Amino acid sequence: MSGLVVRGISKRFRGLQAVKAVSFDVPERGLIGLIGPNGAGKTTTFNLIAGVFTPDEGEITFNGRRLNGMRPDQVCAAGIARTFQIVRPFGELTVEDNVLVGCLHAEPDVTAARRSAVAILERLGLAAKRNQVAASLTLPDRKRLEVARALGTKPKLLLLDEVMAGLRPTEVDLMVGFFREINRDTGITILLIEHVMRAVMALAQHVVVLNHGEKIAEGTPEQVVRDPAVLECYLGEEAV
Amino acid sequence: MIKIWLAEIPPRGRLYLGLLLAALLAAPLFIDGYALSVLVLVFYFAYLGQAWNIMMGFAGQLSLGHALYFGLGAYTGAALYVHFGLSPWLGMLAGGAVAAAAGAAIGALGFRFKIGGVYFAILTIAFAEFTRILFDHWLWVGGSGGFFLPVTGGRGGNDLLGLRGSPTMFYYVWLAATIGVLILCRALLSSRLGYFWLAIREDQEAAQALGINTFRYKIFAVMLSAALTAFGGVLYAFYNNNLFPSAIFSITRSIDMLLGAIIGGVGTLMGPIIGAFILTPLGEALTVLLEPLRDLGIKLDGIKQVFYGLCVVVIVVFQRRGVWPWLWRKLGLDGGAK
Repeated sequence: MSGLVVRGISKRFRGLQAVKAVSFDVPERGLIGLIGPNGAGKTTTFNLIAGVFTPDEGEITFNGRRLNGMRPDQVCAAGIARTFQIVRPFGELTVEDNVLVGCLHAEPDVTAARRSAVAILERLGLAAKRNQVAASLTLPDRKRLEVARALGTKPKLLLLDEVMAGLRPTEVDLMVGFFREINRDTGITILLIEHVMRAVMALAQHVVVLNHGEKIAEGTPEQVVRDPAVLECYLGEEAV
Repeated sequence: MIKIWLAEIPPRGRLYLGLLLAALLAAPLFIDGYALSVLVLVFYFAYLGQAWNIMMGFAGQLSLGHALYFGLGAYTGAALYVHFGLSPWLGMLAGGAVAAAAGAAIGALGFRFKIGGVYFAILTIAFAEFTRILFDHWLWVGGSGGFFLPVTGGRGGNDLLGLRGSPTMFYYVWLAATIGVLILCRALLSSRLGYFWLAIREDQEAAQALGINTFRYKIFAVMLSAALTAFGGVLYAFYNNNLFPSAIFSITRSIDMLLGAIIGGVGTLMGPIIGAFILTPLGEALTVLLEPLRDLGIKLDGIKQVFYGLCVVVIVVFQRRGVWPWLWRKLGLDGGAK
């Protein structure tokens, strides 16, 4: 099976069952959304895929390769890049050097990697700020920088953790357009955690919904927003 | 290569650099023996500060026990020379290897068990301390009574290959070593390795997510820093001709090594050199100025350390990034202080 396959993964932190027997597929070239209320286990799921944590149970494979137990850098080398929900720029480095570090993963030559970095920054509308130190960026720009840096590693699968939070609707539309474009042009697979429903509805072909660490629904965006279980966890019982 | 290297330095910076270098090369012709010995000390600190800066300033790993690597280098070079007549330059390779191995072991221990920051720094102090105790009791290298290199050659008889000669010769050796490491550091900072180090320094988790094997690159930073420090230790051994564990492996030496870098600017290329140029002459001047007091019977041991401490406080309060980034702007060399 190609793409990302998540089968029955669980993760417990002391008393808290953060993720419980979650399974889903992210087919190659797919655009998949992962949604759910706060504390649903979305970011933990990302961290399990990205190698920050090892699942207590279950298995994660990517293009047939087992990811369980790999370190984050090995997961990256396997072709999976991620962004951080709480952005982690290399604050004292310039915007360009931030992306350069990502590019150096795929392109060991510094001059060539720098060219790739500039090209990515241009596509994301950060080129004008490329000589600023990353610490001076605004939050939406830092989110963009997270995406740029991850793309620098030339991943096959991109994990986006709430990169559109805090963006204005027009900026959301630009980002959505951008992701759709790179998905179409380069065939990159995208799995995104997102609270901005405008983005999820426009972008995702398929949505997985988590609540209290468990998968409660999945389907097309239209199916999911009509699902009673999803409505209940988002809006409360009375609304159903 | 040199052309590329100079290309990124603004023209005015090149001018200053050229003038400074000319002045330093000509210095021994114009100054007396005391001033020369101060300049030797300046480059001793500049060199060691640069070596420490690779680990802390570039890769973000704090070491407060660099006296360990310094001492391992000094003793290895000296022992191989005294017992087997090995050339100090070969002793340097051996000392560098020993120190790099020690650095790798300490680094592996710390990084494997995720001992970071201050706790890692304490680990480095601990290793320096018990190595001091080991050398205090190791009679093959003199124990606590000290280890001495035979003084031969003397004035006029400069033997660069045997590292036996006048202070002037040692001045040029330290100067060359400092410039050599400066060139090395500059090359490192614009290399893939250098960018990976900076990324690790800034945010280890983010660096790892970008495919960087943080463990491996951190270990390499420690090894390189340790080896360069050990080279300095060998030079010191042959310049000083006597080694006492209590002085060689002392925490004071570890701290002295990093003060210049902190004053000048941690993580910058010129910081450790600028810092050494500020601190050492001031510390020496203080000693000279206070001599009359000592003649009057007022003991002021450790006043230099108190003064260095004050310097650090002043820097931390007013120029947290160090003197060099500030000086860089003042000299009109703006355009990315490195």
